[in-house]
Amino acid sequence: MLPGFRLTLGFTLFYLGLIVLIPLGAVFWKTSTLTWAQFWQTITMPTAMASYRLTFGASFLAALVNAFFGLIVAWVLVRYEFFGKKIVDSLVDLPFALPTAVAGITLASLYAQNGWIGQLLAPLGIKVANTQIGVFIALTFIGLPFIVRTVQPILEDLDPELEEAAASLGANRWQVFWRVILPMLTPALLTGFALAFARALGEYGSVIFIAGNIPMKTQITPVIIMGELDMFDYGKATAIAVVMLVTSFVLLLSINVLQWWTNRYNTTNLA
Amino acid sequence: MTPVATTFHTPRAGHRRSMSEPPAVRWLLIGTALVFMALFLVLPLVFVFTQAFAKGIGFYFKTLNDPNAWSAIKLTLTAAAIAVPLNCVFGVAAAWAIAKFDFRGKNVLLTLIDLPFSVSPVISGLIYVLVFGAQGWLGLWLNADNPQFPALANWLNDHNFKIIFAVPGIVLATIFVTFPFVARELIPLMQAQGRTEEEAARVLGASGWQTFWRVTLPNIKWGLIYGVILCNARAMGEFGAVSVVSGKIRGQTNTIPLHIEALYDDYNFTGAFAVASLLAFLALITLGLKTWVEYKNARLNEPEISS
Repeated sequence: MLPGFRLTLGFTLFYLGLIVLIPLGAVFWKTSTLTWAQFWQTITMPTAMASYRLTFGASFLAALVNAFFGLIVAWVLVRYEFFGKKIVDSLVDLPFALPTAVAGITLASLYAQNGWIGQLLAPLGIKVANTQIGVFIALTFIGLPFIVRTVQPILEDLDPELEEAAASLGANRWQVFWRVILPMLTPALLTGFALAFARALGEYGSVIFIAGNIPMKTQITPVIIMGELDMFDYGKATAIAVVMLVTSFVLLLSINVLQWWTNRYNTTNLA
Repeated sequence: MTPVATTFHTPRAGHRRSMSEPPAVRWLLIGTALVFMALFLVLPLVFVFTQAFAKGIGFYFKTLNDPNAWSAIKLTLTAAAIAVPLNCVFGVAAAWAIAKFDFRGKNVLLTLIDLPFSVSPVISGLIYVLVFGAQGWLGLWLNADNPQFPALANWLNDHNFKIIFAVPGIVLATIFVTFPFVARELIPLMQAQGRTEEEAARVLGASGWQTFWRVTLPNIKWGLIYGVILCNARAMGEFGAVSVVSGKIRGQTNTIPLHIEALYDDYNFTGAFAVASLLAFLALITLGLKTWVEYKNARLNEPEISS
């Protein structure tokens, strides 16, 4: 028998409790100091409601756009050979590696009216900086790797015999993709979508610079929390944080179920 | 791989067409992927470095040589130097317990370890304000008006010891947001490796620590390095959580990302991008190291797969 079980598990639980569980518990302790009416009034105030709509809507759209382009990027990286493929593959992780504040000021400057991209869009009457489109752009930037990195390994492990079988039975390429490949990728695509969506809901640094944080228009939910903190109203900040935390936990649970589904598909493919 | 299958039948032309896309579709897909990546990833990266040097190399180094910039760099390095080793020790301990032993509630523990990833950065900062801030748990207990531990309260007061709006809070927030990185790399790796090698070492008379240093550590080396690289990148770049607990006092509690924000808010855009270029450079190094470790790892695993 190997030694160290008590020591390592004991330390793991101690550190987890100290750094994660006790501080997270403080959120629920602070919420319990509010009355139910106060809590409800805070989480349903108009600026908060507007921020939920924007945060959910923009996160959903960004994850959707990423699911489409991410699938294409993953497909191209797995199935085709082209010049510079290795560099493109490494670059996919840039949004993970680039600090959000750097991404934030960069996107804000690129899409400003006199910025590289902003000045091309201005004649078309499209404003990105300080609008909800800006929020969507920032969330699209941070979400791409989630889709690519969940779909890519599944696509690599896909058994070519299944495609051969479909082809020899007379299916054309589009039918093979639509009826054979895509259904096998669906769990991974959904997992990637959920991961990108979950990350987008809580995102702060890359959004605030391009969004301009106009109340009722371009304030995301973390900005509402930040505003309450700046006024030292910790009760209100915590109430809205509870809404976000509960949402993330529900999402986390669905992601775990999706991942279990993805792995089941994957192992049946291998077997 | 399976030569028998390929010689089984001679594929008809139609069949071959169904096994891959026509060249036009292929180039359309590659083109779409490349344009999307160029627009969303390459352009921002190029933009950071172009803007950083927009006012010349002299201005660039003047911005970086500023005392506030130096203080931010030192604080960021300090926070990472504390957070990364702690989370590294935790990651190894957690992976050892979870991968080498069976116990009830393992899946719950795995979910709890991943929890910090699903918490918004702003909330990651908020929870420490609720624990250690003036209106928080510790603040209420150690309040000067109502000290439950008078000696401790006085000592803290005398030494002007603060956690929130000070360096300890920044370190704690950094530990929280980078908490799962190393554990998450090591757990699946050590689970896949099993415990036969360690058990063999024990049977041959090695002590527990000898087994760990001589058998386990060499086996998990690349996974550990990978986790540390990702952990460090996030530790040095964290913005939201740190901005809640820092108080943003220039030259004292500003990290590099907060210093970038301060310069940007002052409309010193070139200065902001000059400092941002440091972090963008760090991101490029991170990506390079990551690719290199993945390459090393793939080569390490090759003989195992083919055997």
